[in-house]
Amino acid sequence: MALYRDHAVVLRSWKLGEADRIISLHTHDHGKVRGVAKGVRRTKSKFGARLEPLSHVSIQLYRGRGDLDTITQVETVDRFTTLRDDADRFARAEAMLEAVDQVAQDREPDRALHVMLVRALRTLNERDSALVVAAFFLKLLAHEGVQPELDLCVDCGNEGPFAAFDFDDGGVRCHEHRRGRPISDGAIQLMRRILGGGLGGVLEAPVGPATGEVDMLATALLEHHLERRLRSVAVLEQNPR
Amino acid sequence: MSYSSTVQELIDSLGRLPGIGPKSAQRVAFHLLKAPPEEALRLSRAIVDAKERVSFCARCFNLSEGGDECAICRDPRREERIVCVVEDSQDIVAIERTQEFRGRYHVLQGAFSPIDGVGVEQLRVKELMTRVGEEDIEEVIVATNPNLEGEATASLLVKYLKPMGVRVTRIASGLPVGGDLEYADELTLGRALEGRQVLDAGTPADG
Repeated sequence: MALYRDHAVVLRSWKLGEADRIISLHTHDHGKVRGVAKGVRRTKSKFGARLEPLSHVSIQLYRGRGDLDTITQVETVDRFTTLRDDADRFARAEAMLEAVDQVAQDREPDRALHVMLVRALRTLNERDSALVVAAFFLKLLAHEGVQPELDLCVDCGNEGPFAAFDFDDGGVRCHEHRRGRPISDGAIQLMRRILGGGLGGVLEAPVGPATGEVDMLATALLEHHLERRLRSVAVLEQNPR
Repeated sequence: MSYSSTVQELIDSLGRLPGIGPKSAQRVAFHLLKAPPEEALRLSRAIVDAKERVSFCARCFNLSEGGDECAICRDPRREERIVCVVEDSQDIVAIERTQEFRGRYHVLQGAFSPIDGVGVEQLRVKELMTRVGEEDIEEVIVATNPNLEGEATASLLVKYLKPMGVRVTRIASGLPVGGDLEYADELTLGRALEGRQVLDAGTPADG
């Protein structure tokens, strides 16, 4: 099986040599794969445009002996045009790509993760809902086996009410055993709904006071799990002065 | 066997240059060691001279030699009211070759790329906004690359320049001159159709 076909999302790319690029892909059947796209930086290249980050493509690769496969054919499945034309949504989409790039393992098939990423990108492309990225981060953590505990105090097992969220223990804490970051009931409710199958409703709901809180918590949680900051998120918070 | 510390230092310094791996660094180092002294000295002098004399223009961040401002900003014949925004100084050279543009430039020194940690703070966006506010600028032409980062940079600039009431345009994107339509990729051809120009408005001829 030297040649294989798959569906993939382009996570990021680097320049290689004079006119080539290394493309990092998250594929449906082969996990995270890095491939070389030859000559794509030339103006004559026919598939260079299809291999830009954020593209969802159908792709053919050649598995050589080294780490890098060679990309031989590319067709576009989704281009997510709206995401590209809006700097803010683009940065948020890149945050999701960066998270997947960090979490996914080379050549370790993870179909659920691939499907989740494609769905999240489609959702963000269709509507500018504030919680898409936070919801994606939370679902990603659950998928990784580190779903935050939101129903019982991580210290005493008390069923609430809760006052704080503890990143080290990955869950909420009651008033008596409070430690970590303060958390509101609204944020806990929202996170429960996201993780409990109520995502559609959450995305429809208008922006409330808990939205920003959940967004910050989800990012902090993922960064805690990855043990590094997400660069795209830092960029999102910037202003020109 | 390892090299003497002087040779190793040369190889390491060369290896830090973009696009030069350890093997290439070694090759270049040995070439320099074998070459006549003048050749190596000429290279070292060129590097020192360039670092001493060339700086970034205080106004547009293009490369500038001999003075705070670059040759284009100092040229009184250049149109002041139009500013062309590019990612890097190299892009200015490309645009100058067209001989179609007589305005001034602004170099962002990069493109918006969150995943690489490049945001508005890393780009010269604030300086562009200051220029639009202080100079007599009527039009800003966004000439960033027609790729993902370049397009995102363009939409970012629109976001910040919109409230300032300046006309913002984007360079067109389309087919290379002398090419064949049938070999064009669908994305470029699609953009070319989107940005088509009116040849004749189709108003009924008089009489």
